[in-house]
Amino acid sequence: MLKFIAKRLLMMIPVMAGVIVIVFSMMYITPGDPTMIILGETSTEEEREALREDLGLNDGYFKRLGDFCYNLIFKLDLGDSYVTGQPVMDTIKARLPATATMAVVSVAFAVILGMILGIVSAVKPYTLLDNVSMTLALVGVSMPNFWQGLLLMLLFSVKLGWLPATGYGTWKHIILPAITVGTSSAGIIARMTRSSMLEVINADYINTARAKGQKEIIVVIRHGLRNALIPVITTAGLQFGAMLGGAVLTETVFAMPGLGKLMVDSVSGRDYTVVQGGVLVIAIMFSLVNLLVDILYAYADPRVRSSYS
Amino acid sequence: MDQNVILEVKNLSLNYVTDDGTVYAVNDLNFVLHKGSTLCLVGETGAGKTSTAKAIMGILPHPQSKILSGEVLLEGEDLLKASKKRMQSVRGSKISMIFQDPMTSLNPVMRVSDQVAEVLRLHKAKSRIEAAKMAKEVLLQVGIKEDRITEYPHQFSGGMRQRVGIAMALACSPEILIADEPTTALDVTIQAQVLELMKELKKQYEMAMIMITHDLGIVADVCDYVAVMYAGSIVEYGDRRHIFTNAKHPYTIGLFGCIPDLSIEQEELIPIKGMTPDPSKKPKGCAFAPRCAYATEQCFQETPGNYEIEPGHWVRCLQFRGEDTENV
Repeated sequence: MLKFIAKRLLMMIPVMAGVIVIVFSMMYITPGDPTMIILGETSTEEEREALREDLGLNDGYFKRLGDFCYNLIFKLDLGDSYVTGQPVMDTIKARLPATATMAVVSVAFAVILGMILGIVSAVKPYTLLDNVSMTLALVGVSMPNFWQGLLLMLLFSVKLGWLPATGYGTWKHIILPAITVGTSSAGIIARMTRSSMLEVINADYINTARAKGQKEIIVVIRHGLRNALIPVITTAGLQFGAMLGGAVLTETVFAMPGLGKLMVDSVSGRDYTVVQGGVLVIAIMFSLVNLLVDILYAYADPRVRSSYS
Repeated sequence: MDQNVILEVKNLSLNYVTDDGTVYAVNDLNFVLHKGSTLCLVGETGAGKTSTAKAIMGILPHPQSKILSGEVLLEGEDLLKASKKRMQSVRGSKISMIFQDPMTSLNPVMRVSDQVAEVLRLHKAKSRIEAAKMAKEVLLQVGIKEDRITEYPHQFSGGMRQRVGIAMALACSPEILIADEPTTALDVTIQAQVLELMKELKKQYEMAMIMITHDLGIVADVCDYVAVMYAGSIVEYGDRRHIFTNAKHPYTIGLFGCIPDLSIEQEELIPIKGMTPDPSKKPKGCAFAPRCAYATEQCFQETPGNYEIEPGHWVRCLQFRGEDTENV
């Protein structure tokens, strides 16, 4: 297993190299003059030229790519923001915790709620309970985040006053955005759990478990759910990866200093270095989540485990 | 009630309600199982053998299946009326079941030792440790080597898996073992080994057994009594001698006609003409009549009763009306 993880981590290196080259090249060919952003429209051509020379923008593609990689690998330096002048690494580090915490809480919320709804409807298929669960799931998937966020805010912050409406800092600030982001994932996971459970629940080994005299609830959980987990893990992993990329709308509604908002602001402000660094960090996190998903597969299914070793 | 009878199925009828209509799987089924004896349920696919077994175990699929009438009496207690909790304590400890396909009947994500320990923990063992210890003993007894008992089903061959299935079923030394075509999915050499094992263990545990099969070779090998099923009913019932040397029902005779005889030169096998009736249509008269060479006008009109043509040998065919000692 350890060997497998080490192998997978090593395999991340070429993936990352690819990401670096693609992201850098995209930024390279994007039209627009960074010096204009830094110095403003009132600057003279001489000033801008001097800055270009200074930033190395006049160098060739390979020279700049080489410099970028060198700085990244040996100094962990992603360059400075064109807009604020702050190091990109620091900017991302400041924004990452909010997004990461929210993603973890959302995915936990989504998995718990989604699996409960999915199991309930799979155990009693085509009944009222099933219909209610699946309608809830559909509503969850369909509800736009910004709207749901506002509704939650209205109820829990304005009417009841239980939770803060905006900002970031305490655990209370995380709850509403996490629920907002997690609801649609919960809906997707509920549908996935239901279909996966329905496939498993008629399997022969479920009858074997019943024939042992096992209680129905334990049959469903121990024998059914564990076998139905793989597709659920896949879905939850994908949702988690997407959340780590930042939930722009939700972060905007709740005024959270997250990665998604940073990225969107940087794109519209043509803050190339921040976009570049942000995309890279998100790609790394996505790869790590994929690895986590593969490890969870092995945990859930011994057949996968033996194929790894 | 006969002290020697452990299980009695009386007038059992059940159907499945599907979107395409109602399937009459078992129709007015009667049989008794004597202590320590083996009863074979023989018949084609769709004859209602497995449904009967699942009805006895109380594991028919819900809500598609419905028991219309009848009783399943385990030492006088009607299992069809028993509470959920009571059934859970019966299953696995008093009656247990071996399933047809060992490739799918074991949970792929649990160690085989845990799967055997599970049933022990439910009925017999006082602690997990004790259950694990007993599971190991049972697995050794069915011929699984000690260093393999903590492996997963996918690491086992079909025959080994069926041994695990047998271990699970026998772990709590049940009084009745239902084996649903336990060797159908295995290749022939393994079949013999598994059958041998089952026979040996049956003797050792002094169990009664219901063997479901369509293999007449197995019937001849293991059974004391035979019930030939056709379209959800038992058409002929008797001990082994009755069925093998004195079969009376045209269907039973047809079944034996299908077995190739190696002692004579035979160009073709003689199949029973036609198909099993569509179980969603309840035919009028005898269900076998459309395929029966001896069918008369009356066979299509009147449902045959169950006629005892010699002590302990029952035939459900109008030919024998009036020959029986008692009409049931």
